Amino acid sequence: MGKKKQVTKIDADEAEYHPRLQAVLLADDFAAEKFQPISLERPKVLFPLVHNPMIDYTLAWLREEGVREVYVVCCSHSKQVIEYLKKSEWLSVPGFTVTILENRGCASVGDALRFVYQAEVIHGDFVLVSGDIVTNMNLTNAIKVHRDRKKKDSNAIMTMVIKKPKPLRTEQTSKDKLVLGADRNSETSMDGLVMGIDCKTKKLLHYGVNIFTETYIPDKELLLDNPNFEVHSEQEDCHIDICSPVVLSLFADNFHYQHLRRHLVKGLLDDDVMGYKLFTYEIHPSRYAARVDDFKSYDTISKDVIQRWTYPFVPDIQFSIKCAVEQGSDGIFKGSDVQISSSAHVGPDTYVGNGTSIGDFSKVSNSVIGKGCCIGSNVKIENSYIWDNVTVQNGCQLNNAFVCDGVVIKSGVALEPGVVLSFKVVVGAKSPIIPAYSKVSLHPQPTNQDSDEELEQLTSRFSDIAEVGVSGDGYYFWSDTPSPEPEMLPAAEIISDDESFDSDKDHYFDLEVAETILRAALESEALDDLKTEVTALRLSYNMTPLNCAGAVFSAVMKLALQTPYGTKGELLKSVVIIITTWRDLLKHYIYSIDEQFESIMKFEEMCSDSARDFAPLFEPILLELYDKDVLDEETILSWASEKDGADASDKVFVNKAQNFIKWLKEAEVEDEEQ
Amino acid sequence: MPDTQALVSEFVLKLKRRKVEGSHATARQTAELLRSVISQQRIPHTNQAAHLIEAVKVVGEQLISANPVELAVGNIVRRVLHIIREEDLSLATTAVGGLGLSADSDDDEDAERDDRTLLSATAVAAASRSTLRAPALHTLLEDIPDSAAAPHTPSSGGESEGKSKSDKSVRSRKLKHDVIEAINELLEDIDTCHEQIAEQAVEHIHQNEVILTLGRSRTVMEFLCAAKEKKRSFRVFVAEGAPRYQGHVLAKELVARGLQTTVITDSAVFAMISRVNMVIVGAHAIMANGGVIAPVGLNMVALAAQRHAVPFVVVAGSHKLCPLYPHNPEVLLNDLRSPSELLDFGEFSDCMDYGIGSGAPLHVVNPAFDYVPPKLVSLFITDTGGHNPSYMYRLIADYYSADDFVVQRRTALGS
Repeated sequence: MGKKKQVTKIDADEAEYHPRLQAVLLADDFAAEKFQPISLERPKVLFPLVHNPMIDYTLAWLREEGVREVYVVCCSHSKQVIEYLKKSEWLSVPGFTVTILENRGCASVGDALRFVYQAEVIHGDFVLVSGDIVTNMNLTNAIKVHRDRKKKDSNAIMTMVIKKPKPLRTEQTSKDKLVLGADRNSETSMDGLVMGIDCKTKKLLHYGVNIFTETYIPDKELLLDNPNFEVHSEQEDCHIDICSPVVLSLFADNFHYQHLRRHLVKGLLDDDVMGYKLFTYEIHPSRYAARVDDFKSYDTISKDVIQRWTYPFVPDIQFSIKCAVEQGSDGIFKGSDVQISSSAHVGPDTYVGNGTSIGDFSKVSNSVIGKGCCIGSNVKIENSYIWDNVTVQNGCQLNNAFVCDGVVIKSGVALEPGVVLSFKVVVGAKSPIIPAYSKVSLHPQPTNQDSDEELEQLTSRFSDIAEVGVSGDGYYFWSDTPSPEPEMLPAAEIISDDESFDSDKDHYFDLEVAETILRAALESEALDDLKTEVTALRLSYNMTPLNCAGAVFSAVMKLALQTPYGTKGELLKSVVIIITTWRDLLKHYIYSIDEQFESIMKFEEMCSDSARDFAPLFEPILLELYDKDVLDEETILSWASEKDGADASDKVFVNKAQNFIKWLKEAEVEDEEQ
Repeated sequence: MPDTQALVSEFVLKLKRRKVEGSHATARQTAELLRSVISQQRIPHTNQAAHLIEAVKVVGEQLISANPVELAVGNIVRRVLHIIREEDLSLATTAVGGLGLSADSDDDEDAERDDRTLLSATAVAAASRSTLRAPALHTLLEDIPDSAAAPHTPSSGGESEGKSKSDKSVRSRKLKHDVIEAINELLEDIDTCHEQIAEQAVEHIHQNEVILTLGRSRTVMEFLCAAKEKKRSFRVFVAEGAPRYQGHVLAKELVARGLQTTVITDSAVFAMISRVNMVIVGAHAIMANGGVIAPVGLNMVALAAQRHAVPFVVVAGSHKLCPLYPHNPEVLLNDLRSPSELLDFGEFSDCMDYGIGSGAPLHVVNPAFDYVPPKLVSLFITDTGGHNPSYMYRLIADYYSADDFVVQRRTALGS
């Protein structure tokens, strides 16, 4: 590597004119908890996405787009990443140098970029991506735009690539251009990103994710200074950035910067002392760019790959691993040595990896099956992701399942939707049904407590193996809210990627409560202990019981939300389960009318903001809460009547619950009559 | 040979990524690459031809597997292999002739010797061609010198043996030189194929005819322009060739050259075909049975032409001639491209999502090629003239040797 440094230094003089394009690839997204428990054993960038590990898509794209040097920053699981890269042909591609920078100490993007800065390898404009980007965008053009802009204005230090996502399914009421309601359809997987962009110069003026406020109202000054101000809430951030080396030194100077978006971008936008400017570049609508962020995006992106949106990065065009894949006229990808019984039905949009066999009368549709799997007969697989060397014995049923390497599912097992089975889990025959959206792993869930008590619980769970069936092997892993590795990151960084910075205290309190309840859920802590803990938290944060009610309520609801789900019905089911389980806790904290009122408000806020998936279920969940005596009719009616006078945007949920409220009112009248 | 290795892997990469567009460019680049591979290849004194063939096969295998759909790569690899065999054969026969002569009469009559060598070389080549299966390489290399050596050894012992050795070393250099020379000719052929084909245009396009074509093919364009230059006046219908709409580009080019051009949609082909006198189209590849791998939509045009008894003419350079017979070409020799050529990403997102709506999502299939069976093709015009589809296998026998149909190195040889 030392030798290489010298070479690049010599080149640096020329860099102004003939730059060797460099890229920094982060082989870690520092948010591993989204894929827990799988990410405990394998870094996300090595997850197979249809055919190739994710990092291959990013590397192949970088090579294609004329990037000459890539610095792969490996942090957690660095060994596996390095091993993979060494085994692959990436390190020996002529005209394309991949250099590994290993630092396990990095806990955030900020740390990683400071490390890159110290390594002194970047000498010109570079592309900053993480290893989970799947794209076929035209980088050359974006870089040209960036360079041209930089020539005119040396303060233009960063170009962020954005793209129009799949359009919303419902017509958005964006008549009022400046005040955009955050009430969006729940089906879109957007994080409520609002960007303010100067439509002429493409300069980025505002970047924010609205979780707490429903509306974004730009500063008057901002509007006065920028007559071409446009607010975009429909654009998606591709997380591909073209940066000047200044970006690295900014990170080095501001050592508290952890996140690119939340700290650097925000910092530069808020503080214009330095005069640095950020710009955006919108990719051509025919090109594809997406980031694998969670199970849901893994699913959509896999489907997009199979449908060839990412062409030429599709399985039958070998861009890294050498093995032949063919796509039949029926849209099925098949590797070599695939044995499919003639009576088996392999449906559309399916990928079957090398050396996999599928037995008689099995049905596979919309699924990805990795290499060397053995699927028995009469198996039904729908919408599932099965990685390598998995054995599924006769008569199993998998629906929306996520199955990792080496899993064995013994005959006759029917997996509920949304089940995640991590590496080498064995699901035995005649097992009771694994509940929907649960995650099973051989690894215990990491927790902040290292007490003996916990060890005891771990061992007790081992004996609980019966739960995974006869001769089964695995823990239940209820990762509803992601459980952070506390020594690495402060909690706020993890739960959601982007939130505004004011109301920090409230927020931290909410998070703490959520975490406490989550932990309790996982360890089946006694209810009284939990109550003590939550009350202690409330006192230490100096919060009112009202705040506490809201926090507890939202934490419980989040439990339901964090498990993967496909349809509304499934979500509702898990909500019902959660409410039943936690009824006592809810009743303890949500007692008075005010507290109940606060809960409804909180729920409304969640529906319109952080947990939009609840929005379509607003009424049934309200009904459920009423049924379980968490909320009483008085509160609901007073909530409804209070909203009467409010303007239309506030009444969205009242309207949703209209039938229910009407029914309540009628019941009341009847009571009175009697 | 690190240099060529880098070149090869770079080209393999380009092929893999579908970065090389069009069979003409692919053929050219393949030939250039193989030329440099051969010129860099070090060959031992014995069995040089086998070594060259081996080297080309190693590279060829990589290239073919990089993009099996682009048949031009395989064609050129096989052409080069054939060239090596031919050159070796002619050299061997030269040597035989030379040896035979030196045994008979020591130094006189150079002219006669030349005649004889020339004759014998062509004779052997012709013989091998007519049998379609050339004599095995080993017999060529080993048997012939032996059998030739047998009669003359008694007359002049040690001297002729020394002579044959020096002959061999000359031969080794000469073989490489000849092969490179022949590849240069091949390259020239590829470059000039458009003109060669275009020269024949006047024979086919007559005054006041109406020609229909689909998509954009450089060969077709030059063909039409050549007829125009010869003062033929005719009209051209250009079907636009969805989804890439290369027909629009062709139409612009034709108008710029002063041709009467009309753009029609692909779906209007059948409606227009009754007014058309001839369909002239380009091809992606011509298979050994006379079937054509062509841009998508051409099968429809061919069927329409057949229905109205309009001649369907395919113009293609000889580098597009593939010695393979198609098996399930609609699938195996097709390239499915990104649906974004049809729809922008997300345009129909509400029916393409999974799990939300009921039932199966919308599928988009965007194949690049069509297979036109030989019975629908009236005439092929290549740089060597016009041919019937059923004659294709004969042409192929001229260009390729049967040993090379499967380009795969023997596993026993490893170097």
